[in-house]
Amino acid sequence: MEYGSAGRSRATVVLEDGTTFEGWSFAGGEAGEAAGEVVFTTSMVGYQETLTDPSYRGQILVFTYPLIGNYGVIPGDEESRKVQAAAVLVREYTPYYSNWASQRSLAELLDETGVLGIEGLDTRALTRHLRDKGAMRGVISTVDHDATSLRDKANAHPEMIGLDLASAGSELTEPLLLPAFGEEVCRVAALDYGVKGSIYKELRGRGTSVLTMPGSTGASEILEENPDGVFLSNGPGDPAALDKAVDNLRPLLGEVPVFGICLGHQILGLALGCETYKMPFGHHGANHPVRNFATNRIEITSQNHGFAVRDETLPDGVELTHRNLYDGTVEGISATELRAWSVQYHPESSPGPRDSGYLFDGFVQSISHKTPA
Amino acid sequence: MPRRNDIASILIIGSGPIVIGQAAEFDYSGTQACRALREEGYRVVLVNSNPATIMTDPEVADATYVEPLTVETLTEILRREHPDAILPTLGGQTALNLAVELHDAGILDEMDIELLGASIDSIRKAEDRHLFREAMDRIGLRVPESRIIHNISEVWQVTEQLGFPLIVRPSFTLGGKGGAVVQDPSQFQRAVSDGLDASPVKSVLVERSVAGWKEFELEVMRDLADNVVIVCSIENVDPMGVHTGDSITVAPAQTLSDRQYQTLRSASLRIIREIGVQTGGSNIQFAVDPESDDFYVIEMNPRVSRSSALASKATGFPIAKIAAKLAVGYALDEIPNDITRATPASFEPALDYVVTKIPRFTFEKFPGTPARLTTTMHSVGEVMAIGRTFTESLLKAMASLEVDPQDIVPSLEEPSPYRIFAVFDALRDGMDIPEIYDRTRIDPFFIASVAKIVAAEGALSGALDAEALREAKKLGLSDETLAVAAGTSTKVVRGVREALGVVPTYKSVDTCAGEFPARTPYYYSTYEVEDEVERGDGPSVVVLGSGPNRIGQGVEFDYACVHASYALKESGYDAVMVNSNPETVSTDYDTSTRLYFEPLSAEHVLEVIRREKPEGVILQFGGQSPLKLARELEAAGATILGTSPDAIDLAEDRARFGRLLTELEIPHPRFGTASTPEEAREVAQELGYPAVVRPSYVLGGRRMEIVYSDDDLNLYLSSSADASPDHPTLIDEFMEDYVEVDVDAVSDGEDVYIGGIMEHVEEAGVHSGDSSCVTPPITLHRALLERIEGYTRRLALAVGVIGLMNVQYVVRGDSVMVIECNPRASRTVPFISKATGVPLAKVATRVLVGEKLRDMDLESSVSGHFSVKAPVFPFDRFAEADPLLGPEMRSTGEAMGIDRTFGGAFAKALTAAGQTLPISGRVYISVANRDKRAVVLIARAFADLGFEVAASEGTAEVLKNNGLPVTVVPKIGERSEDVLTLIEGGGVDLIVNTPWGRGARTDGYLIRRKALTHGVPCITTLAGAAAAIQGIESKIRGGMQRVNPLQSLHATKA
Ligand SMILES: Nc1ncnc2c1ncn2[C@@H]1O[C@H](COP(=O)(O)OP(=O)(O)O)[C@@H](O)[C@H]1O
Ligand SMILES: Nc1ncnc2c1ncn2[C@@H]1O[C@H](COP(=O)(O)OP(=O)(O)O)[C@@H](O)[C@H]1O
Ligand SMILES: [Mg+2]
Ligand SMILES: [Mg+2]
Repeated sequence: MEYGSAGRSRATVVLEDGTTFEGWSFAGGEAGEAAGEVVFTTSMVGYQETLTDPSYRGQILVFTYPLIGNYGVIPGDEESRKVQAAAVLVREYTPYYSNWASQRSLAELLDETGVLGIEGLDTRALTRHLRDKGAMRGVISTVDHDATSLRDKANAHPEMIGLDLASAGSELTEPLLLPAFGEEVCRVAALDYGVKGSIYKELRGRGTSVLTMPGSTGASEILEENPDGVFLSNGPGDPAALDKAVDNLRPLLGEVPVFGICLGHQILGLALGCETYKMPFGHHGANHPVRNFATNRIEITSQNHGFAVRDETLPDGVELTHRNLYDGTVEGISATELRAWSVQYHPESSPGPRDSGYLFDGFVQSISHKTPA
Repeated sequence: MPRRNDIASILIIGSGPIVIGQAAEFDYSGTQACRALREEGYRVVLVNSNPATIMTDPEVADATYVEPLTVETLTEILRREHPDAILPTLGGQTALNLAVELHDAGILDEMDIELLGASIDSIRKAEDRHLFREAMDRIGLRVPESRIIHNISEVWQVTEQLGFPLIVRPSFTLGGKGGAVVQDPSQFQRAVSDGLDASPVKSVLVERSVAGWKEFELEVMRDLADNVVIVCSIENVDPMGVHTGDSITVAPAQTLSDRQYQTLRSASLRIIREIGVQTGGSNIQFAVDPESDDFYVIEMNPRVSRSSALASKATGFPIAKIAAKLAVGYALDEIPNDITRATPASFEPALDYVVTKIPRFTFEKFPGTPARLTTTMHSVGEVMAIGRTFTESLLKAMASLEVDPQDIVPSLEEPSPYRIFAVFDALRDGMDIPEIYDRTRIDPFFIASVAKIVAAEGALSGALDAEALREAKKLGLSDETLAVAAGTSTKVVRGVREALGVVPTYKSVDTCAGEFPARTPYYYSTYEVEDEVERGDGPSVVVLGSGPNRIGQGVEFDYACVHASYALKESGYDAVMVNSNPETVSTDYDTSTRLYFEPLSAEHVLEVIRREKPEGVILQFGGQSPLKLARELEAAGATILGTSPDAIDLAEDRARFGRLLTELEIPHPRFGTASTPEEAREVAQELGYPAVVRPSYVLGGRRMEIVYSDDDLNLYLSSSADASPDHPTLIDEFMEDYVEVDVDAVSDGEDVYIGGIMEHVEEAGVHSGDSSCVTPPITLHRALLERIEGYTRRLALAVGVIGLMNVQYVVRGDSVMVIECNPRASRTVPFISKATGVPLAKVATRVLVGEKLRDMDLESSVSGHFSVKAPVFPFDRFAEADPLLGPEMRSTGEAMGIDRTFGGAFAKALTAAGQTLPISGRVYISVANRDKRAVVLIARAFADLGFEVAASEGTAEVLKNNGLPVTVVPKIGERSEDVLTLIEGGGVDLIVNTPWGRGARTDGYLIRRKALTHGVPCITTLAGAAAAIQGIESKIRGGMQRVNPLQSLHATKA
């Protein structure tokens, strides 16, 4: 049982405004240094899903829940093949994990991708700082402990605004067909900007065969496949930087039903003529209430985004279907004429509540040629 | 959905006296509900027979009925108040069952009164284990395979079908009462017959055991718009088989992955919808297989529960308050989250800390019952602690417990109150985690965390640098642990810490893990970088709470602390509460100006004081726990408001106090102290028998006994931890056949206000906490009362009491003697305050901050009514315990009865305490020889009231000789038809049995146990019997029909 400073190296965290925190590395030690936008998530469970969520690519992730590692790493619970976040900051990491299904420790997973894991810092203080000042860039180092030099590095790091992380988001080079689980009721072409695996599981579980294509795939290529519908995935970075993706989408609108999640939602919004903007510190967690205007029900949602579609910019023909009850931001839109829908949050949860599965049902039903057996 | 305007007034049913399984948490929830509904402009009518509650303060409801919680009384109240609706989901099982009874009696329909929160159907579906099963089947969720038994004869075939081990769970009971894990047919037989007795609907569920699986609870909220949120998940450290109320529990769940947690969450949503709880909070329990994703639904409580209280304190989400608002039509998103103010209540709290709850037990008071934890709840209270890590919260919780396990050698296999200490020891002895897991079935994660602590303790070297010290404190190690390791004192450790700047920071509980600014001053200590306390610069006063409820120190003390906070705020101070008890109003975040949820240990209290820099600290309301800290706090430079530590010592040190009484020429029983058995015998010889023996410095008469002979004394000495110079044994002359009197008073050093004088029903020798009492006194001559008041004044001034004090006297004929003086709030403060309309604790608080009594106009309204306090006992949960009254306190709570006559008040109090007096039928009398003379009049009175008198041979003979018609009942075992079978057959309506003969299993013992299990009221003193007669008379004359709200009782005050 490791305790205290034994076998760990000291780590220094410095934000672009100079705020400094001290901690200890518990994984990815040899990486030495990492930079990125520092964001916090308030989910109390699901560190494995969160860390492997490609939408976190390039970000330094702070877990507000003080403990991770406790149930280890469970095969099948990952959202992508590797840890995507640039680094992890947490109050306490426990190397001792307990869960019948888990086969290795979180540290092993982080080491595998060489992602720095830092524990022992006052993550609540850090969270409150980000909440008040907004998400900002930061640098973590186990080699350099000089605050000013680290601050400079932080400021040298590219800002999230205008950053295209999605085009290169997909691990795909060419389309790949993922057959439906059970009988096929429809086929969708899915544009992968850095998709979460469980989204495809949700679709396939509902009899959808998913032809997943790189996010950069052009409209014509997609239409050639004459899919029953097109799905726009989640992904990292600033949607406003994705002109190409937006251009690719426009011709599809009206031609084929479109459903988007998270970044996909923002891209759809842009294609429909909305604007997007950067939020102060975004939404990252699993407890946000969202109202579904169709049913007037409240869903507790899984959230992970730093940009949003600007409410005032919704054009005619685009209706607001979901709103966040915390801050009133846009959580879902629908261009009914064009048969295009999207939500900002994550109906596939993973991690988070499963209140919103109906969105997949709805999409699949509206495009399926057979009702699922 | 907005507030409902079609209802104007709502009746809230409280949970009655504190009993195991239903304690202070329902004062907390009821108080919140009353406040919430009044905020909304409804007229709130409250019924609760428990005076020791904030909710029964006249300010909390529009009409407050301190009356028995029975269908009869409630009907009376309904007829008088005509409320539009009843909210039954905040008064525990008691309120829920009453709602069902009122419905079944047709009263709700007749008066067209609506049930808010849960419908009769949903209550039935959730509470009736069979209907619940069916409901779960309908939604495809699994419950352990089970059978319903209505009749003992069905036992055999069930054994065939299910095999052992089995769980027996009665329907509609509380805190697992009557439940058990059984391993073999004979245990099974017994468990089922007990269970059938315990269940109001005479049915028990027999279930395949999944003992050893992990146990989880989810707190669920639903509104009329069918929005559902999970407020909190709670993981039980002790696996299935130990009642959740008796388990160490942790929030949030620690060992579930998101997939596993979401499965339980989704199941919970389906369950609350299927059961059909329309609005409010429910608690759902799950058993989860540690080796697979299998899980079972164990039960659902369609109401606010003990766990809801814990969840509220653990998350900052005020479940009871929100439940009340949902009940009157609001949707979750229409109610603001108090803490952020900016966001709605339709969300799921995110914690950024770990919460640990540890139950508090009192097995030691019930010899014969092994301290084994089962599916029947035994704990009498609990502590909660908050830390940034599990280790920190666990260690803080253990520091809050105020128990030292030293003299027990607990086992790993058998769940017990001390098993957690056994885990520590096993790890210290080098046992590995897997083996401990095999033996305890406690999840390895928790064991590993303890291992981390043990390793840290081991790593402590003599001298600690700032770094290591900080690491140790972050982990949660106490100064005491560090001091022991470094072979020095806590004082030194504290000094070093301060010098090195290793001091705690305070973080707030904000429901949102820092995502939004918190407006609520609810704090816990931890060793981090940033401190969040918004102290302001107003003067503050720290009030120390009373920690975990336990027998002898219960909710009465929390009541006093809450009043202290209110009074401080009224007097312009920031009221700062420090307490570790999640079940209370004092730990509600809006009771005080600032709440520090911390252990009541010198270390944690001193840190709060350092942070707050208060004008002073108030110790005298929290019972013995804060009082114990007096000297250490003073030594560390804290200003103690009120009675000084030295004065406290003067009152508590028998020798010093004795000398003072002699000086003041106030009579007292002769006494002596002994440090060795020999001395003890000499002292006793000299004082003469009978004598009262006890260890020095005890609360609740712990290990206190009356000895009648040398043999008794030797027996006591041999059984007690050896007396020693620093733990002497106290021996008093026993004042036999004396009336005991309690006085509560407030002194400001110049004047003394006598809050009230209570005359005990049972004679001295029965602990004041366990005897019924009446105020104003009914048999004491004015001259005696004046003498008692005079003594009290002299004592208060001579001891130097500033604030509250309680004096106990014994009286016979013209002689009045002092038996003890407690320089603090007493158990009876709330009772007296309700009886007289003068809020004693508030008065005392104003004195503590410098006001003078003479400047307050305090006139109590005692004329025109009598108030009686009657205790309730947990004997039914302690299989072997003899339900007898003695000098060691064993009651868990009390009920109050108010009426124009003493008889009426006494009858009400007994009814409220679950000892309803019959008005006709058969009384069985069997008394000790010393009582045979006096019993004649009593028996005659029963006969005159129309009772058939039955008696044991000896007693019968005496009664016959005195010309009374009496049926003789054969001795136990003499014939097939003996008194026990008579009781079983329902042939006895009331029992008068005074004890004789020592040792276990005397006939008297068997009779008293039988009476207990069959719910026949059993009176064990003649004084009690005499009072009962007055009670019965007044019932016959209709005394019970008079119901009266406190507000009109003390109209003068209002
Ligand atoms: N089938 C079972 N196997 C093992 N333990 C059980 C089983 N059912 C219940 N228990 C244990 O008994 C305790 C009390 O049961 P529960 O149904 O919650 O009764 P109560 O209404 O008193 O809370 C539970 O907390 C659990 O630990
Ligand atoms: N000398 C005595 N004679 C008769 N009864 C006594 C005597 N001393 C104590 N008792 C009985 O024992 C009970 C508990 O004693 P007390 O001194 O009040 O202890 P505690 O501090 O637990 O309240 C009293 O309420 C009283 O009934
Ligand atoms: Mg239960
Ligand atoms: Mg006493």
